[in-house]
Amino acid sequence: MSEVLVDVKNLKKYFPTSEKDKVVKAVDDVSFRIFKGETLGVVGESGCGKSTTGRLTLKLLEPTAGSVSFKGQDLSGLKRKDMRALRREMQIIFQDPYASLDPRKTVFQILAEPYRIHHPEMSREQIYEKVTGLIDCVGLRPEHIYRYPHEFSGGQRQRVGIARAIALNPEFVVCDEPVSALDVSIQAQVINLMQDIKKEFNLTYMFISHDLRIIKHFCDRVMVMYLGNIVEIGSKEAIYEKRRHPYTQALLSAIPNIKSKDKGERILLTGDIPSPVNPPSGCPFHPRCSQCMEICKKEKPVLRTMEDGTQVACHLELS
Amino acid sequence: MSLLEVKDLKTYFYTDAGVGKAVDGVTFSLDKGKVLGIVGESGCGKSVTSLSIMRLVDPTTGRYEGGSILFEGQDILKLPEKEMRKLRGNRISMIFQEPMTSLNPVFTIGYQIEESLILHKGMDKKQARERAVELLELVGIPEAKKRVEEYPHQLSGGMRQRVMIAMALAGDPELLIADEPTTALDVTIQAQILELLKSLQKKLDMSIIIITHDLGVIAEMADEVAVMYAGDIVEKAATRELFDDPKHPYTIGLMNSIPDVEEDVERLRTLEGLVPSLYDMPAGCRFAPRCRFACAECEKQRIRLTELAGGRQVRCRRYEQ
Ligand SMILES: Nc1ncnc2c1ncn2[C@@H]1O[C@H](COP(=O)(O)OP(=O)(O)O)[C@@H](O)[C@H]1O
Ligand SMILES: Nc1ncnc2c1ncn2[C@@H]1O[C@H](COP(=O)(O)OP(=O)(O)O)[C@@H](O)[C@H]1O
Ligand code: SF4
Ligand SMILES: [Mg+2]
Ligand SMILES: [Mg+2]
Repeated sequence: MSEVLVDVKNLKKYFPTSEKDKVVKAVDDVSFRIFKGETLGVVGESGCGKSTTGRLTLKLLEPTAGSVSFKGQDLSGLKRKDMRALRREMQIIFQDPYASLDPRKTVFQILAEPYRIHHPEMSREQIYEKVTGLIDCVGLRPEHIYRYPHEFSGGQRQRVGIARAIALNPEFVVCDEPVSALDVSIQAQVINLMQDIKKEFNLTYMFISHDLRIIKHFCDRVMVMYLGNIVEIGSKEAIYEKRRHPYTQALLSAIPNIKSKDKGERILLTGDIPSPVNPPSGCPFHPRCSQCMEICKKEKPVLRTMEDGTQVACHLELS
Repeated sequence: MSLLEVKDLKTYFYTDAGVGKAVDGVTFSLDKGKVLGIVGESGCGKSVTSLSIMRLVDPTTGRYEGGSILFEGQDILKLPEKEMRKLRGNRISMIFQEPMTSLNPVFTIGYQIEESLILHKGMDKKQARERAVELLELVGIPEAKKRVEEYPHQLSGGMRQRVMIAMALAGDPELLIADEPTTALDVTIQAQILELLKSLQKKLDMSIIIITHDLGVIAEMADEVAVMYAGDIVEKAATRELFDDPKHPYTIGLMNSIPDVEEDVERLRTLEGLVPSLYDMPAGCRFAPRCRFACAECEKQRIRLTELAGGRQVRCRRYEQ
């Protein structure tokens, strides 16, 4: 594969809790790379650390430990001014566009803001032209620019969120559950839009979702997270077809089957996801794993690289 | 005889914005021991349909404007509230998407189940406690004896939904209505809850109406499906038939919108446009503004539900004789 755009090394984020000597291990030592032009999908159940990883990657959160490099530049050492310049190239789209759009501003004001901040030299006419261009690009109509966020449907608001993210021609966009709040027919519209925009602007995406169908459709590579850890990362084909990690197997077999008749054997996990305040010893998945061995309870498995390049964190004999 | 027969149900809301025909002539029936799925996007009238069956529609704005709901032949819409209270939570029970809203945070889960047993089943405290533990065991809560003493916030989302199911089962219902019971849950927990509902349905020979926006949940659970759009049932069929051969353009559009895990496509085929506003419904077919087969004929008047071979039904001009 091509050039490494984002390089994440041993990233950790521990949040304090109300109890003094306890922390939430939201992200617990993850390392991965994102290549230029690809879409890396991030899946896992709620609370496994997807959003925290996304925010750390953009330096919207300070890590407890570890580093993020963007185009070879380590973000942790950057001065405010340099970081601000880099911000243009790294954007985020949130799940709930309503919460992330200022309700007192019109769409024009919302979309003009990035230009005002980063391009103070632009005239109002130039900005107007840019904004109408953006609006057209995300499939909204020119008259929409003088409306407020509450005057839009959920799908339209997400289009505004997307327009804002691409305003400054970024290279890299973290999409945090961008279609999870939308109805399925609207989800498909927004997914197609994001595909078109990716092509048009040569974007690289980190696409966070708990929807395994959408991840399969949209992504090139997939990273499966569990309790703040990466349990498996590899090409979409390897993840969905080989299903090496027992958690990946359970997750994929839990997708309700729509189109095929044979339902196959479902792997039903027992129990709940443990708390990230008090994660299990050894392999974080071991209390729910049907193939758990003695070593799994004691030693935390590290990511091992398979023949096809997939990395799996599991003590089972895999190739 | 069917356990439940809903005929031409009309539930309207009278608000400042106008008359909202949230459920506008819905007809279906459910046999004993069967599972009916109702599927459709948000706002299409799924919850209002189920609340109508429980007679729990907000009385300040909502009105049952027409039709009937026969439960074992008796019209629920005509029952005095006192009689209705005997049915509700007893012979007809309901579980909701967010268990936290229906569980009382200040009482233990045991207390909340026991309350219903004492009220509906005339049990004394000791009997009720024993039965509550039994019910918690039935829904797969580990260490039920200990858990009865816990408060709702001490449980995970999946466990809370199990408690809700246990509460709903307290009255030995013949009909269980589950309104988006797994929507707030993660996939692996959703799989557990669906499995539980299926096994309970068999064990207790209940009838279930499962309401969801997720066709996957329907495929897992339902014997028969009703697809709703803008207050109407637009298609009804046995589950397998619906998935193998959807007839209504909306059903087809909905299925195409969902990526298939087994088959890759370059691009999703989408349904363009939006659902019409409740207060500004098209006069003819309500799907016409988004339908690629729409013609002048479709926009003239309401379309009838047409019966096709094999007992399936579809509300589309293209199938009207
Ligand atoms: N600001 C915060 N303070 C404390 N805990 C947090 C904070 N943000 C996230 N967490 C916790 O970190 C874990 C991971 O959260 P998150 O990254 O949001 O997961 P996901 O996006 O996969 O659902 C969760 O247990 C969550 O409760
Ligand atoms: N109490 C109410 N007052 C006014 N309108 C309502 C009320 N409850 C529901 N509605 C409207 O009725 C329509 C159907 O709602 P609902 O049955 O809840 O949809 P869903 O299919 O998502 O469950 C929606 O347009 C909703 O806004
Ligand atoms: S390491 Fe052990 S417990 Fe963890 S997933 Fe693999 S087999 Fe299961
Ligand atoms: Mg998140
Ligand atoms: Mg609803």
